[in-house]
Amino acid sequence: MRYLPKSPAERQEMLSAVGAKTIEELFHSIPEKYRLKKPLNLPAAMSEHEVVQYFSERAKENSDGYTSFLGAGVYNHLRSVITDTILQRGEFLTSYTPYQAEITQGTLQAIFEFQTLMCQLTGQEVANASMYDGSTATTEAVLMAERLTGRGRVLVARSVQPEYREVLRTYAKNSGLHVEEFGYTPAGTVDTKALSGLLKDDVCAVVVQSPNFFGVIETLGPLAESAHAHGALLVAAIAEGVSLGAVKPPSEADIVAMEAQSFGLAPSYGGPYAGVVASKDRFVRQMPGRLAGQTVDQEGRRGFVLTLATREQHIRREKATSNICTNQALCALAATVHLTLLGKEGLREMAEQNIAKAQFALGELEKIPGVKRAFSGPFFNEFTVEFPKSVRLVNAELLQEKIIGPFVLGTTYPELTKNALVCVTETTTREQIERLAAGVRKALAA
Amino acid sequence: MNEKIKKATRHTNQNEGLIFEKSSPGKRALDWPPLDVPKVDPTKLLGEHHRTSGVEGFPEVSEIEVLRHFTRLSTWNYAIDLGMYPLGSCTMKYNPRVNEFVARLNGIATEHPYQPQELSQGCLKILRLLEKCLLEITGMDAVTLQPAAGAQGELTGLLLIRAYLQKQGNARKTVLIPDSAHGTNPATAVIAGYEVQNIKSNADGQIDIEHLKEQVTDDVAALMLTNPSTLGIFEQRIPEIAEILHKKGALLYMDGANMNALTGVTRPGDLGVDVMHLNLHKTFSTPHGGGGPGAGPVAVKKILEPFLPIPVLVEREGGKFALDSQRKESIGRVKAFAGNFGVLVRALAYILAYGPGVRQATEDAVLNANYIRKGLEGVYDLPYTRPSMHEVVFSDVLQKKNGVNTMDIAKRLIDYGFHPYTTAFPLIVPGALMIEPTESESKEECDLFIDAMKAIAQEAAVTPEIVKTAPHTTRVKRLDEVGAARKPILRWKPEVKRSEAAD
Repeated sequence: MRYLPKSPAERQEMLSAVGAKTIEELFHSIPEKYRLKKPLNLPAAMSEHEVVQYFSERAKENSDGYTSFLGAGVYNHLRSVITDTILQRGEFLTSYTPYQAEITQGTLQAIFEFQTLMCQLTGQEVANASMYDGSTATTEAVLMAERLTGRGRVLVARSVQPEYREVLRTYAKNSGLHVEEFGYTPAGTVDTKALSGLLKDDVCAVVVQSPNFFGVIETLGPLAESAHAHGALLVAAIAEGVSLGAVKPPSEADIVAMEAQSFGLAPSYGGPYAGVVASKDRFVRQMPGRLAGQTVDQEGRRGFVLTLATREQHIRREKATSNICTNQALCALAATVHLTLLGKEGLREMAEQNIAKAQFALGELEKIPGVKRAFSGPFFNEFTVEFPKSVRLVNAELLQEKIIGPFVLGTTYPELTKNALVCVTETTTREQIERLAAGVRKALAA
Repeated sequence: MNEKIKKATRHTNQNEGLIFEKSSPGKRALDWPPLDVPKVDPTKLLGEHHRTSGVEGFPEVSEIEVLRHFTRLSTWNYAIDLGMYPLGSCTMKYNPRVNEFVARLNGIATEHPYQPQELSQGCLKILRLLEKCLLEITGMDAVTLQPAAGAQGELTGLLLIRAYLQKQGNARKTVLIPDSAHGTNPATAVIAGYEVQNIKSNADGQIDIEHLKEQVTDDVAALMLTNPSTLGIFEQRIPEIAEILHKKGALLYMDGANMNALTGVTRPGDLGVDVMHLNLHKTFSTPHGGGGPGAGPVAVKKILEPFLPIPVLVEREGGKFALDSQRKESIGRVKAFAGNFGVLVRALAYILAYGPGVRQATEDAVLNANYIRKGLEGVYDLPYTRPSMHEVVFSDVLQKKNGVNTMDIAKRLIDYGFHPYTTAFPLIVPGALMIEPTESESKEECDLFIDAMKAIAQEAAVTPEIVKTAPHTTRVKRLDEVGAARKPILRWKPEVKRSEAAD
């Protein structure tokens, strides 16, 4: 087998050296009745060509050739070929977690740069080396707030990505956390009155998302004040990181949980992505996940190491701030390379293109009789529209035009059955937007 | 330098500062297609929300500087592509490049998790085939591909156990964990809402059955067992252990990190395991990437199937696949979307390349470990003498006589051109050297490793200082970890006065 670097002769030599006649002897510590007598029933071994063929055929059975207007937590953005060029370097791709710092300075410095970029983006003071994704980052941020305040109640806005909320509930069930939700206003922003009603001195965290799931940008200052007035922390989740190129960062939040997928990671049917937890320096000892820190070596040279490891499972075991071990390092590297390529002006321009295209798309859709925008708050690259007809039926028609229509909000918000979440990015062309509008018009006229 | 060092030589290596230190206003690396819709004024639209200038401190560099920056950084790393990683329980095997190719295919990398399921049949078929293969390999009844890593798999597994026991009327309070376990085990148990009770290993490094009988009370939900153990030794009485637990209504969780010793040779499901996780970034060759991404699928016996996390892959009429989130008894969602799909693709590519011949990989892995064990027996102390499977654990007892410990030996191994083995773990072996070569190492590489370790043992006896102050040939020497933790600098800041930089 091409992945095994031994000739039959070498195997024999090594067996002799070990004092065994057959390889089976080396498995005698497994009780005989449990040793398999037949090969596993797996598909026959494939050559490299056949492996490529298998996946190429599967690739043809997906959405190739369709234009998509989906966002809802996963975003199509331009990626440079350079990102993959770097990621494919064996010294990054096939390297281990940087516990042995002297021979992993490449990884460690890249992590340090990632942490810096995340702080700059989010307006926070410290950021970790990654979590699995935005949903688990949000959950870990809440658990961090629980540790920091010693309280067990969490108030989550319904306008936070539905799957993020589901993941939080799964984790909360077993850590004694009590999760309650509060709603949104006709503007699409969080209902601060409802929040006030729920806020008491037993709350550890108020969780909001901005831009929220409906695409609307939240005003965090007053929310932070309300939370703080009751001794609670404000957790801000961000699913669309490119928004930070044009939208003020959530510096008022105590903890930020961001999904970094928008920064150079392909949608890849849901993963792998990279979550980030960013927060204030004074909370760092309660942060989950790895942290790379700057230091010096014995000869005074600058270098980087994993640090504050006493928070982590391999040192602290039961008392760790999180059980996370393997995180999403290569994905974080992709984000680092991507953001470095974009640079200060590039991210700003990308963000502005998103805004322009989304505004244009809204304009085109609003020209259609019966279609109007739901929610009035400012938005970035996603907005919610109301159709006079079932969104599902409209989308079914759009599929005929090879268009994957907007997200059906009714699937997770029973009160929003007529609403669709349209996402447009810098990758969406004017022609595609016009086709969407034409397709929607046709579907509604039918 | 030292003629005993055969695998590595010093070489001119590029310096490179932080990317922020190369930044200069006006430089850019990416250009844009021009806007094809009317420009808008963001301040008018966003009002007070508008971030009027770019992100402060963000780098401004050219394309070539970015490429050089990261390429230079990469040359400072050791990697599997360069040579063996003898890291115990990490299973640092070859990451096949065809896996990278297929994961990037148009139609694979490009798919949105919310696109219509009828336009995702390719993805769903991939998931289904991987599920079937993993079930065949593990001998279990059902599997979830959701968890993003081993630790998340462990959590999922414990939540499944909790849900099952809760349905019976009592979720119970305690999880038993051997003192040789990986740190994620106890950390996870706590997050799952359980108390941890340690189980001691006996003199053979196995679970002490008599103690186990005493410790398994009606309060115990499960035992988390790694098999082979972190000593590389097969837990021979596993079926008995399973029976003891089952008699008291408790379940057996197997940490599958060491599956590389078992694939194709035996199946955990046959041994009485109720639930287990796999590490696709270990046994199934997906790349470590400097610390992830990974994937930690969880395989279960039928009794736990109703509680699997959503979404669950189901087959509908006409052979169409779908992701089903309407599962009344499910523990819920553990991660957004459908798992680390890109990682799952790579693992399937690995399995398809091997087919039933995957047993050969296991055999070579065990052969390599035993060959190294034989080569180093007598040179290093072997605390547990039962047969080793895919990894072997020595201790630094002999070398400690001259004040040389496992960390020193590991650092000196770097000068010999290898990545260190796992130091100081498992905790039950003071001064542990945990070595797992994997099947990806040739006889030549194994011989080089044995020679290096022998040479270092010799140095420890005769010239211990060179070992205690290693490494000597790296870009940076031993780093001040105490200082790093005492005064953490966790990000670059323009105004911070930095100590003498490497460039």
